[in-house]
Amino acid sequence: MASEHTVRRFDQDLDQLSATISEMGGLAEVQIADALRALRDRDGALAERVISTDPKIDALDARVQDQTVQLLALRQPMAVDLRVVLSSIKIAAALERIADYAKNTAKRSLVLRDASVPPAAIAGIDRLGRPVQAALKDVLDAFANGDVDKARAVWERDEEIDQSYTALFRELLTYMMEDPRSITGCTHLLFMAKNIERAGDHITNIAELVSFRRTGHGFADRRPKGSADLYSAAAPR
Amino acid sequence: MTVLNIATSIDALPPPKMQGDKVNVYYGAKQALFDVDLSVRERHVTALIGPSGCGKSTFLRCLNRMNDVVEGARVEGRIALDGQDIYDRGVDVVQLRARIGMVFQKPNPFPKSIYENVAYGPRIHGLAAGRAELDAIVETSLRRAGLWKEVSDRLDQPGTSLSGGQQQRLCIARAIAVSPEVILMDEPCSALDPIATATIEELIDELRQNFTIVIVTHSMQQAARVSQFTAFFHLGVVVEYGETPRVFTTPVEKRTQDYITGRFG
Repeated sequence: MASEHTVRRFDQDLDQLSATISEMGGLAEVQIADALRALRDRDGALAERVISTDPKIDALDARVQDQTVQLLALRQPMAVDLRVVLSSIKIAAALERIADYAKNTAKRSLVLRDASVPPAAIAGIDRLGRPVQAALKDVLDAFANGDVDKARAVWERDEEIDQSYTALFRELLTYMMEDPRSITGCTHLLFMAKNIERAGDHITNIAELVSFRRTGHGFADRRPKGSADLYSAAAPR
Repeated sequence: MTVLNIATSIDALPPPKMQGDKVNVYYGAKQALFDVDLSVRERHVTALIGPSGCGKSTFLRCLNRMNDVVEGARVEGRIALDGQDIYDRGVDVVQLRARIGMVFQKPNPFPKSIYENVAYGPRIHGLAAGRAELDAIVETSLRRAGLWKEVSDRLDQPGTSLSGGQQQRLCIARAIAVSPEVILMDEPCSALDPIATATIEELIDELRQNFTIVIVTHSMQQAARVSQFTAFFHLGVVVEYGETPRVFTTPVEKRTQDYITGRFG
């Protein structure tokens, strides 16, 4: 960020905080990727591993809390430092949520092994997951480099994810209408799709926080929302 | 999600009580202030911050012409109180300092009783018609300074018998006894412990209902806590001026940022 603090321990504390978040981010990336792969490959062992890894991320989130409380109490950060500390708490919380969605997706993929679902529907989840994975990777890069432009690009891209979710929502409705035996499986897939879409929302929050760290504000102008017609699709005709 | 947005504009500013325009100060050949333009808003606390030697105390002392008594000091530019240039030839400096009081870094009570410390100013300025009126001024001033309860039963004892924090509040009572409009404070808490400091800070917050206050402080936390406006001085110029919450969260100038975050090289 800026030049170094006169008190060098302060820099070390801030670096540690960012390191913890980067570690969380890396884990969350793996969790999302593994959860999607477990579904695609019907790999139960991998799904189990996603579930058993989640407490690690929770522990890192707790470590971020401890580090921020200590920084606030001992260093009284101001201006950019204060923004770094505050945004760290929120970014950690967002990453924790993203990892939770991965865990939930993994849990449902275990249930899905015994349910009948059209393979095309599973491919749809994968299609939705890919841009979310890419966005997570990019926002973590933007975080690491304090790259506001890159964060903004991630933030703008969420619209595509929303649209892709809406399309998948409709697709799943169609499958269920065609074959009522697929309702259980498709409902699980719907929840998975929602999980992934929500993960995308948390990624845009992180993108805004990357901007807030540097500039003191997020992306004020309204992002075009792509999911408005979702509700008309769900409404009875 | 909406991320906290920090206002960057100063909207609907309160009127300036004092105004410095292109203020240049020299101590002999050495220039201490360079074209300083700075307003002091009425009934608000303005904090002047910056590293040692940045000119903040020099500017403060210009505001009640304390630099007049400094050998070789020369002030150029205009400093106005309610639009009136205080360096005009017709201005009576004694009267001026009754309108603009001052509290110093080290508590400096007169070697007199607590009562006399407060009564001295009103008496020489002829503000009290008789003993009863003077008693009333002393009591009101001590009450406003938050000291009355602690000293009301020993007004005849020397001011120097009080603790450091009490002495500083006595000096504040002495300053407000002549009903000034502006109070200048030059690091008023630097010789006090944290509890006495908190008492003074609380007092400053109360005093701004009635007075315009300018405070020089080395403690940025204190500036953040007590002021509504902050001016950051560096090498004799005002680098940044603005509403305190804005200056301490999103400073515009890199030098301000470096200073308040402890990165000053």
